[in-house]
Amino acid sequence: MGFKALGLETWPAASAEEAGRILRSLTREHDDYAIIYIEENFAAQLSHEIDRFKDSPTPAIILIPGREGPLGLGQNALRSAVERAVGTNILGD
Amino acid sequence: MATTAITPTRMVLNRLKGRLKTARRGHKLLKDKRDELMRQFMDVVRRNKELRTKVEQGLTAAFASQQAASSVMSPEMMEQALLYPRQSVELDLTFKNIMSVNVPRYKFQTKNNDPSEIYPYGFAQTSGELDGALEKLAQVFQDMLELAEVEKTMQLLAEEIEKTRRRVNALEYVMIPELEGNIKYISMKLEENENATKVRLLKVKEMVLQDAHHYKQ
Repeated sequence: MGFKALGLETWPAASAEEAGRILRSLTREHDDYAIIYIEENFAAQLSHEIDRFKDSPTPAIILIPGREGPLGLGQNALRSAVERAVGTNILGD
Repeated sequence: MATTAITPTRMVLNRLKGRLKTARRGHKLLKDKRDELMRQFMDVVRRNKELRTKVEQGLTAAFASQQAASSVMSPEMMEQALLYPRQSVELDLTFKNIMSVNVPRYKFQTKNNDPSEIYPYGFAQTSGELDGALEKLAQVFQDMLELAEVEKTMQLLAEEIEKTRRRVNALEYVMIPELEGNIKYISMKLEENENATKVRLLKVKEMVLQDAHHYKQ
């Protein structure tokens, strides 16, 4: 809601399915979005959609905490990237 | 080792030696690449961790103030206040090459540079809490942008490291030992042939001498 005032484009979604639909239309029909921020509570159910874009330079899909506060999914993404690169978790958490 | 049929000739030996040399050089180069990528990656990971914590804290705070604002104002009023943004953001996307990995670099431009331009409403009908919420959001947005850049960089680097590591391992544990084994096999085979020829020559010489001079050793 507030992001709109900052000049970002926002698409409100009530459910994860709706968020997935929006995400697909954003990535498929228009390819002029470089960054897409998505709330963690939706992202949990859309992980396969999001993972598809992990290896392509655009768009960057970034998880942000929703109203309920951080769920730790964003931190998870970091950990999985480290595991992928190093083969083991060396961050120690 | 030499399971596949290789013809033990000098030509094949030479070719295998050349391949081994290339494989060794490639292995060394890829190993260096992997190490450098890893170094860069660790920097990025550290930065990412920092930013993520910062963004998560910032957003939580911003949402909390927004919550406070919405408890003071009616939802319709708030929606109306935020409905039409005065600010717009344009994102410039360029790519930076880190060890042959193209990572995005974002540069964003706001249409209005005045920081007070983030408030798309008049102050008469809105509460001060909303101003605070928006200000917090604007602050955290800078970090969010950098987070996007860093996180994408991290993902792309992770992919490249994985690929490079696999290549290094394939060279180190499969290609190079196999080539070495084949080379050893051929050189042993060649040596064997040489010995056989030598013995045959000795034998023939003996026979020829015996034939000519009835000479016996």
